[in-house]
Amino acid sequence: MSGHRVENFGLIDRSRPLHFTFDGRRYQGFDGDTLASALLANGVRILGRSFKYHRPRGLWGAWSDDANAILSVKRAGTDLPNCPAATTYLEDGMVARAVNAWPSAAFDVKGGLDLFQRWLGAGFYYKTFIWPDWHLFEPAIRQMAGLGSVSESVLEDYISDQIHGACDVLVVGGGAAGLVAARAAAEAGRDVCLVDDQRVPGGGIYQRADIDGQSPADWVRAQTKAIEAAGGRVLNATTAFGVYDHGLIGLAETGLFGNAPRLIRMRAGRVILAMGALDRPITFPENDRPGVMSLFGAAELLARYGVMVGRKLAVVANHSLADGVARALGEAGAWIERIDPGDGPIAAFQGRRVTGLKQGSHSRVYDAVLTSGGLTPLVHLWRHAGGKLSWCDKRQAFLPGEAPQDMVAIGAANGTFDLDAALDEAKAAATGAPPPQGATTYAVALLWPEPGAKGRQWIDFQNDVTLKDIEVAARENYVSVEHLKRYTTLGMASDQGKTANMAGLAAMAAIQDRPLPEVGTTTFRPPFVPVPLELYRGPHRQQLWHPLKRLPLEVEHRGLGAALGEYGGWLRPAWYGTGAADAQIAAEVRTARGTAGLFDGSPLGKIEVMGPDAEAFLDFVYYNTVRTLKPGQIRYGFMLTEGGVVFDDGVLARLGSAHFLVSCSSSHADGVRVHLEAWRQDGNDPDRIFIHDATQAWATLTVTGPHARAIVSAVDLGIDFAASAFPHMAFRPGVWRGREARVARVSFSGDLSFEISVPASLAGELWGRLLEIGRSHGAEPIGLEAMSVMRAEKGYIIIGKDTDGETMPHDLGFAGPRFKKTTAFLGDRSLHNAKATGPGRKELVGLKSTGGRLATGAHVAKAGASEGYVTSSYDSPTLGAPIALGLVADGRSRLGETVEIRHLDQSMAAELCAPCVFDPEGKRLHA
Amino acid sequence: MSRYSAGRIFREGLRAGRGWGQAWRTPNPKPAYDVVIIGGGGHGLATAYYLTKNHGIRNVAVIEKGWLGGGNTGRNTTAIRSNYFYPESAALYDKSVALYEGLSRDLNYNVMFSQRGMIVCAHSEPEMEMAARQCNAMQLNGVDAELLDADQVRKLEPALNFSPTMRYPIHGGVLQRRAGTGRHDAVAWGFARAADAGGVDIIQNCEVLDIRIEAGRATAVETSQGAIKAGVIGAAVAGHSSVLAGMAGYELPITSYVLQAFVSEPIKPVLNRVVLCPPFGTYASQSDKGGLVIGGGLDRIPSYGQRGNMPMQETVLSAFCEMFPSLAKVKLLRHWGGIVDVTPDSSPIIGPSGVDGLYLNCGWGTGGFKAIPVGGYLLAHLLAEGRHHALSRPFGLDRFTSGHLVDEAASSGIAH
Amino acid sequence: MQIFPCPFCGHRNETEFHFAGELGKVRPDTTRKVSDKDWASYLYTQRNEKGTVREVWMHLPCAELFVLERDSVTMAVLGSRPLREGQQ
Repeated sequence: MSGHRVENFGLIDRSRPLHFTFDGRRYQGFDGDTLASALLANGVRILGRSFKYHRPRGLWGAWSDDANAILSVKRAGTDLPNCPAATTYLEDGMVARAVNAWPSAAFDVKGGLDLFQRWLGAGFYYKTFIWPDWHLFEPAIRQMAGLGSVSESVLEDYISDQIHGACDVLVVGGGAAGLVAARAAAEAGRDVCLVDDQRVPGGGIYQRADIDGQSPADWVRAQTKAIEAAGGRVLNATTAFGVYDHGLIGLAETGLFGNAPRLIRMRAGRVILAMGALDRPITFPENDRPGVMSLFGAAELLARYGVMVGRKLAVVANHSLADGVARALGEAGAWIERIDPGDGPIAAFQGRRVTGLKQGSHSRVYDAVLTSGGLTPLVHLWRHAGGKLSWCDKRQAFLPGEAPQDMVAIGAANGTFDLDAALDEAKAAATGAPPPQGATTYAVALLWPEPGAKGRQWIDFQNDVTLKDIEVAARENYVSVEHLKRYTTLGMASDQGKTANMAGLAAMAAIQDRPLPEVGTTTFRPPFVPVPLELYRGPHRQQLWHPLKRLPLEVEHRGLGAALGEYGGWLRPAWYGTGAADAQIAAEVRTARGTAGLFDGSPLGKIEVMGPDAEAFLDFVYYNTVRTLKPGQIRYGFMLTEGGVVFDDGVLARLGSAHFLVSCSSSHADGVRVHLEAWRQDGNDPDRIFIHDATQAWATLTVTGPHARAIVSAVDLGIDFAASAFPHMAFRPGVWRGREARVARVSFSGDLSFEISVPASLAGELWGRLLEIGRSHGAEPIGLEAMSVMRAEKGYIIIGKDTDGETMPHDLGFAGPRFKKTTAFLGDRSLHNAKATGPGRKELVGLKSTGGRLATGAHVAKAGASEGYVTSSYDSPTLGAPIALGLVADGRSRLGETVEIRHLDQSMAAELCAPCVFDPEGKRLHA
Repeated sequence: MSRYSAGRIFREGLRAGRGWGQAWRTPNPKPAYDVVIIGGGGHGLATAYYLTKNHGIRNVAVIEKGWLGGGNTGRNTTAIRSNYFYPESAALYDKSVALYEGLSRDLNYNVMFSQRGMIVCAHSEPEMEMAARQCNAMQLNGVDAELLDADQVRKLEPALNFSPTMRYPIHGGVLQRRAGTGRHDAVAWGFARAADAGGVDIIQNCEVLDIRIEAGRATAVETSQGAIKAGVIGAAVAGHSSVLAGMAGYELPITSYVLQAFVSEPIKPVLNRVVLCPPFGTYASQSDKGGLVIGGGLDRIPSYGQRGNMPMQETVLSAFCEMFPSLAKVKLLRHWGGIVDVTPDSSPIIGPSGVDGLYLNCGWGTGGFKAIPVGGYLLAHLLAEGRHHALSRPFGLDRFTSGHLVDEAASSGIAH
Repeated sequence: MQIFPCPFCGHRNETEFHFAGELGKVRPDTTRKVSDKDWASYLYTQRNEKGTVREVWMHLPCAELFVLERDSVTMAVLGSRPLREGQQ
């Protein structure tokens, strides 16, 4: 137990103790601690286990570069998996457990797996489990894999805010360089936003005794005050996790434990990256032992949390910045020995935790080994944005090279590790000047893994990738950097290679005797640190994931006991009443067929097409001929795609010589509007055609049934409804409450029907009136299901249900225009290709079964192959028998033939018949 | 090639794997080959392998611009299935599943084909009717299929959202038990290793700069490593098919889009199968390592940029959270994008290119990974025999002139 | 989130736009004989260029078609103009 607190260090609030447990034992930390710092302060050294061999793991780094200490954390009923101890701020009452270790990180029963490591090296999966079968082994392997368990609970309040942000200058990283850049930009009048991923900005500045003659804490406060005074914003605990197209930057602002982070979609005129740099591990035997950690990580633990990681420390580093850090640690009371790795190979003693180090014949006992193999600038966002990297031999690191648009890197992220030079860069960047990249005092000795060396030397601590694994990969020719990564899982741990990648690349370079930059780098992919999936959901949940369209009369329908359901994106009455659905629907059909049904058809698409070229335009857009349609007339027709497939069906009314009303399927209104607009503007004179989608402006109420005329006549619409004056497929304008009413005598049920469209705001009154009059005739409201049954009785199709994406109009019995129409129309040429004219086309037919109702979705089978399928099937209350529609190969020429109907493992017989089984002569339609 | 066997693995373990040989060589290109395959992804490598195995043709080169398996083979969601509606598609993809079933032993390389099953959920009564249509079609196509009700789905995947307040409540679904996932890299590596063992030269970091056409016939490939003559050329360059077509002078009905994929941090098993919820346009499975692997629809903007865009990320991941609300707290580890060839009917193009001596395997859209074995099998047949295999016949370029599109979306009533 | 410049409404989020196809498709005169091949080429052939592309897009809120010039690799937007400008 060597980790401990040091007085007078750290930003923690020692007056606010917090209690928590780890692996079942109680501990105490302070406000401002992370779980990692609190555990180290309590002398806990083993914080987790590695993924594959279950080797004990201590903390490597002090912030997001640590992938060793991954905990499941529970507090106040919220249970979150895979929380990095180093970035999870301590709260009172936290219950933490190491993931993938049982019963505890300190004693893990799977630790024995390490004994078999010889056979579990890189790529062993690919060579094994081939016999007898992978499926025999996979379940056990799945159970072994994975980090934390996820509780089944749904966190009801775990909801991300999502907001948009904008600024002139976004500074990413609140270390000294970022603060100075933000301040200078803000004071120059720019709208500045500074984001820093810790709760207290300042980066590594607290490792220093002072800056500009102030304590680091005072200096940081002075900078943030100045930024805010100049109108800038400082967002703490906010991570810039990705850069996306057109400069969009994703920010995740983290709150207290258990709260989902907030997503800020930030647009910045310019981005200044000041994310700093990370310590590289040094590769030597047993370098994964708990107690071997990042030098700067240890310094940061002392500076921010007042935690000294040990009492007897070895500092193993190959560069000039280590001296200052070692000195500071020594001044805080640790016993320090500086070891130059250049003096000879080193190795840690074996054991559950590090106890000492050997270098040549020199052996010494330490309780922590702090290593730094040089610094690696954090260039993730730079790469997301498309910036290039360039290798710097002097720094032995990839630095930002050719810049992406509107982005600059400063400070340690730019390889500028000297504070004064970094601050000069910051000031220059703030004003948009290119940063001066001058001389650096940073000196680093070449120190890369030594292939062929004895012992197990870790490259990726979480994923258990060792130097030998890299050697095996090289031997087997998995030498491309992406092959190396994928074959060994190097850099695929939850830190995505922040610590491992450089050592891995260097190992491969050394093995192949190539310069490191030739080995290359893997792609830097967002997110920079893992973010909860919830971040992307925010308000897009439940009904708001894709909001339904609502009827103007929804309240009235609910009042009438409607069972509402979704149809084509609209919430509509399926049927009315609380009885069994089938019985209710049948009763509605009988009412409508007996007297009349009142039906809300408001979602029907209503697109007005006007102008001098409207007629010619519609003649082109429709399969059917439009120019012969006279004002006051209505025609049923199809719109086709250029591929000749039926895109939509509906009626077209001609209101005047240059004014048409296109009715389309309710679910297609948006698509038809886009379709019409596209053709209006492309190939036509758009000044001579005007298109207006009035779907939601008008409510459409339909009265259908033998008593329909009597009912609508009793409503004062100013229209003569006599059969002679208002024939089938005619349109008449009327008046309702002083506003225009549009009445169409069209029918989807096969019975006499009138569709009355009035402005949506006047629909309630009309509905009330129709109900009142209708009920005196025995009429009742009917839902969509009853209407579907009636239209099927009549053999009318529903697009997308009774047609598929191959259906052409001649498959539905509308062959005329295909040969007779002389003007060009959409899809015309496609109706004559080999497929369109060939045999075996699926054609609309009726299906008569004697063995009961057919299943919708059943197939027509012949010799075990499909010839088509049942598209609609009902028990017809009108006929007292089952009816069905289907698409069947060459069906229209096979009427009368008995076919086999297959549904799952059942087989039935049915006879192909004409689709229309209700009023085939049309007497009721034309009544 | 060092053969992988239990004894060998044991011995190599004792000597730190020092005896393992190269999985594939790094040869210099020869001046000429009987067959040159452009594209060292799964399809190209599988083509080379089946040329050696089924047709005895070994004087073969695979030319790869970057690293083998680095295109869509290495950046997909690893689903393998044959739950198709039209007999032509079902025959094609079911052959692929059948080849996958024997692939690990065939290649002596564990591709980890895990037949854990795939459920396509249905979220309304009309969708249940469509599910029945699909299920019956699959059964008639000879593909295993089961129609499930909501309770059956719940038993198989309890983590799914069965709340009535969900936007698209689950009514049931169609299960294909033989569907599953594979280890994508291993498929590329396994084919590469076996092809190399059969004598194929796999030439990485070799970019094709032009196609030499002589008297209307493609005769050689000009590359960054010099000209390579070819008896016949196969092209399997998903994502860049149009670029190659531009070089060789043929036309394609292809638009390139980004398809994104997402993986979470590893967690203990919560998701047993591949689950697709069509109205959400989103599907997911859990890898053997424990990561949730999530996929969705295409980005909406034609693109050659191998990276994703935020709107589709928000669509897919919000949908995933709606499908599996208890997993909303799991963290996203990584997301990426691949460039896919999208054809008008979303079916592949396999067949002559229109330029003599050059055959195509492209246009797989979002579904190329599952078809790697059959894509290679059929392109190898074309290259060796100069004519279609019965399975590839419906997928030639000529279908666009005759109108014989194979559009799976059409089966669910969508008109294109 | 990409931002496209609608010539009528200004800069708007990509989610408001609908890709209507590559610029330059000319519909064959179908009142005359059109070969299967020419028709298929009109229907389906795409240039699908890698690099600078010219496409027709619709801004859904205003429903106007316009020509967008952009780079299909970098996603940089190079310019936009109303469709009808080019037709006059």
